[in-house]
Amino acid sequence: MPHHISVTVDGTSYEADVEPRQLLVHWLRDDLGRVGTVVGCDTSNCGACTVLMDGRSIKSCSVLAVQADGSEITTIQGLATGDEWHPVQAAFKECHGLQCGYCTPGMVLATVDLLAENPNPTEEEIRDGLHGNLCRCTGYNNIVKSVQHAAGLMGGTK
Amino acid sequence: MIPAAFDYVRPSTVDEAVAALVAGGEDAKVLGGGQSLMPVLRLRMGAPSVLVDCSRIDELKGISDAGGAIVIGAGVTHDDVEKSALVREHVALLAKVTATVADRQIRHRGTLGGALAHADPAGDQPGTALALGATFTIAGPAGRRTVPASEFFVDYFTTAVGPDEVLVSVSFPKHAGWGAHYERFNRTAQAWAIVGAAATVRMDGGTIAEARVALTNMGPSPVRATTVEAALVGVSTLAGIAAAAAHAADGTRPTGDIHADPEYREHLARVLTRRAVAAAAGI
Repeated sequence: MPHHISVTVDGTSYEADVEPRQLLVHWLRDDLGRVGTVVGCDTSNCGACTVLMDGRSIKSCSVLAVQADGSEITTIQGLATGDEWHPVQAAFKECHGLQCGYCTPGMVLATVDLLAENPNPTEEEIRDGLHGNLCRCTGYNNIVKSVQHAAGLMGGTK
Repeated sequence: MIPAAFDYVRPSTVDEAVAALVAGGEDAKVLGGGQSLMPVLRLRMGAPSVLVDCSRIDELKGISDAGGAIVIGAGVTHDDVEKSALVREHVALLAKVTATVADRQIRHRGTLGGALAHADPAGDQPGTALALGATFTIAGPAGRRTVPASEFFVDYFTTAVGPDEVLVSVSFPKHAGWGAHYERFNRTAQAWAIVGAAATVRMDGGTIAEARVALTNMGPSPVRATTVEAALVGVSTLAGIAAAAAHAADGTRPTGDIHADPEYREHLARVLTRRAVAAAAGI
């Protein structure tokens, strides 16, 4: 039996009736068309589907849409302000923190979450903080540089 | 993959949750943070008829100081456990272990109570709860009961929590002033422990006055290394710790799998116990 949910996604309020088994990532992609959030692994390992739920990073493949009822979701498509990218997005472009780009939405949102808690992470803290996000292209070095650059853009000292 | 269809209820009290589990019968399942259950559903390794979502029951949410113990609601997330000042001060071992669970995203959703009730033999927190002498409060149709950690973990993925019961809270006796450390051996950052060792130690000067050690993945359930604990009393050197840790695998029955055969797990138990105790003792 469908359940009614009210969820704010990237600043827009949505009301929907969802099947309990529908995963949050599928609701975002299939019903709302917000396909910036991608499915990578289906095993909770890769973090490509990371979004912010009430400001904290979560894996949207491991949360039911019905569990998001009443929450505020931020996807990669809600980070920019108008034409101005979020500093983390700008830093990933500047430092080329990607190759194929598939992991990038999740990497960016995981970074936003990490820097909110720790504005000046060490390299070790960055690598540990992003270990829920897998990148099969870059070897992570440019991703770490991007996070360090983003910390600087956002007022950190490193 | 997409889970098989199920019904969903979201109780707001423990009594409502128990009633929903009774009504749902044997195929009803508690949903906490869902970080263990959701992969099971997606892979269709399980297909419950109804999920009882306990994530919005206020009683399951708090961390409180009960005098001699810190009581943690079963629905408190790993992230909140790890960052709790009460837990860090009085139950440092739990805070340290919890900080190593999975990754940030999963710690934001997953709950301590869920991980303990799931009872994965490779999970890091069951052994920790055993080492710390935790007690578990469980609610069911007949009311509430309290179960010690030594009786809580029954078998692979099996605890004292019955199919129509809900884990309400876990009480950890205070270990303020004890040194604590957890050592885990695994292949990659996110992998489950091949073996883990949890150690918490009370020092008297430079000498170990009391120690509690528990092992992860050395059997179907976590085990206390009681021979090691006894041998550690009075020890003040690394050689003494190593001699005590040599007994870490005594009485265990680890399985063999693709990652390690039983003999290798026994070796790991001795090595990790030595390292965990030395770090906890600052020796």
